Amino acid sequence: MRIAVASGKGGTGKTTVATNLAYVASLDGRTVAYVDCDVEEPNGHLFLKPEWLVSKPVTRPVPQVDETRCTHCGRCGEICQYSAIVPLGLTVLVYPELCHGCGGCTLVCPAGAVTETPREIGVLEMGWSGDVQFNRGVLNIGEAMSPPLIRRVKSAPPRTDLTLIDSPPGTSCPVIESIKGVDCVLLVTEPTPFGLHDLKLAVEMIKTLRLPMGVVVNRADVGDRLTWEYCNDSEIPILAEIPDDRRIAEAYSRGELFIQGLPEYRSVFRNLLEKMASMSLRTWSVA
Amino acid sequence: MKELVVISGKGGTGKTSIAASLAVFSGGCVVADCDVDAADLHLVLSPQVKERHDFYSGHQAVIRQADCTGCGLCLTHCRYNAVESRFPAEGQAVSVQGAPYDCQACDYCERSCPARDNDFIQAMSGTVGDRQRGAFTIDPIACEGCGVCVEVCPARAIDFPERLCGEWMVSETRCGPMVHARLGVAAENSGKLVSIVRQNARQVAQERSIGLVIVDGAPGIGCPVIASITGADLVLLVTEPTLSGEHDLKRVVQLTRHFGIPVAVCINKWDLNPEMSDTIEAYCRGESIPVAGRIRYDRGFTQAQICRRAVVEMAEDGVAEDIRGLWSTLRSGFGAPGSKEIPHHGTSAS
Repeated sequence: MRIAVASGKGGTGKTTVATNLAYVASLDGRTVAYVDCDVEEPNGHLFLKPEWLVSKPVTRPVPQVDETRCTHCGRCGEICQYSAIVPLGLTVLVYPELCHGCGGCTLVCPAGAVTETPREIGVLEMGWSGDVQFNRGVLNIGEAMSPPLIRRVKSAPPRTDLTLIDSPPGTSCPVIESIKGVDCVLLVTEPTPFGLHDLKLAVEMIKTLRLPMGVVVNRADVGDRLTWEYCNDSEIPILAEIPDDRRIAEAYSRGELFIQGLPEYRSVFRNLLEKMASMSLRTWSVA
Repeated sequence: MKELVVISGKGGTGKTSIAASLAVFSGGCVVADCDVDAADLHLVLSPQVKERHDFYSGHQAVIRQADCTGCGLCLTHCRYNAVESRFPAEGQAVSVQGAPYDCQACDYCERSCPARDNDFIQAMSGTVGDRQRGAFTIDPIACEGCGVCVEVCPARAIDFPERLCGEWMVSETRCGPMVHARLGVAAENSGKLVSIVRQNARQVAQERSIGLVIVDGAPGIGCPVIASITGADLVLLVTEPTLSGEHDLKRVVQLTRHFGIPVAVCINKWDLNPEMSDTIEAYCRGESIPVAGRIRYDRGFTQAQICRRAVVEMAEDGVAEDIRGLWSTLRSGFGAPGSKEIPHHGTSAS
């Protein structure tokens, strides 16, 4: 079963939920993988503290031009939608940070002057946190696009009972890349106006992907009741509620899995897993 | 005219709440909401929209099924898994949007799907040998608008319309004009939309002789954040005293260094972990980054949201004093002409 943990608003508790869920599931004997797809600001390692096994650079293809072969026809610049390759007089300028790696320029060049060369965008790292398999990507600072790295992080899915994908906040392309292809999405929210507003955006986004979803209301006693009204009206199940327990916040601030110090919350996570298993596209089974 | 951009790295540290309060203290500024993916500032500033503009950016590929010969060249060349087969052949796995599973080619999904279109039925009866008319379609969410399929299609059966990605608005608020935007669900080009919002905010500031633009940014370090900070006069990094906050702060500091932009830090919810707050301050000192303010944890942040107000409009003491201290520190940094020095804040509220 592959579950993506997403939100809409940042800071609602995705990583808290995903890491503690991974830990609880592994305690119960499931084979578990935690995949940190928030490649811009990964935090899962702070809580699961993996022992690293592998770190490999990840690249994406960008054009390079052999000016000795270039006939200055300008076809590369015509096909490029991103202004990443710009013929200018007798030279061709390349802006690799703008390139989407579509291969178009290489394809249309009549002289074979454009080839693709790998550009490093970050790293893929894998390790173990006790019995939890830990995969993540870390984007290089200054690199604008995360989807190519996220795609790579997800491209070798672990064969485990449960895979938890910790996705970035928001609703745009990095999140979609993280969520695509999972069996169920867990939306973590807080019952505040900002939380609810962004939850609605996230729900719309997930509906376009046609995936089952459920909600976890974190810090459930801080705001108002509008979040519950919205979920009921929209028939989105609320699968768990976590109160605004200062002890959880303190454990979190110290980089601890709060479940370890507060075992009374284990049943919340167990129930959550069972409910998701019953609504997922694919339930407990190896991929 | 000065531009102050509020970002964080980590989400949920309080960027939007603090940006709104700074806008109130400024006594009049232009506000720009550059968190176009999940914009929230309007919830507390109640903008009255004066202008709306469509945001068109890039293109998307759309196959005209009637002209498609089913050759599959688009599928071969697409690097984004955006081309889908509408008629799965036996043994071929079908990727249903969002949920890949092994296809047995029984066609039950196509026949029973309430969203099916009738071209399927027509095409099935009019199959042309091995190739099927209208065999491929493009998933608009996966499509990155690169145009390669348009180029290679031998039947020229792929249209390439401009893509409507969202809209941007110019509005009036009680703090001054506001430029904000909404990115369409699952749309791309957020960086471009952010740039448009900032450009227009600066333009409004010029036109109306307003000396300050306050930008509410997005979490992370990717293209919308980069588009928010390049060329800014000062970036305010809002952090929280947690291990995650500290980790993400360091990455976003590196980002501002990468682009050579002056930066100051504000530690929000500092009293939730005073030790960690001290650790973060020590890090900032080591990096010669001024800490412009420390703001205490206060449930007033949520109360203010519920009342559709900025935190500092709810009370004058307590957390509002902390934010006032932050504002006056930032303002004195902007005050001296040509100077980008932000003094380090004094300890605790005055």
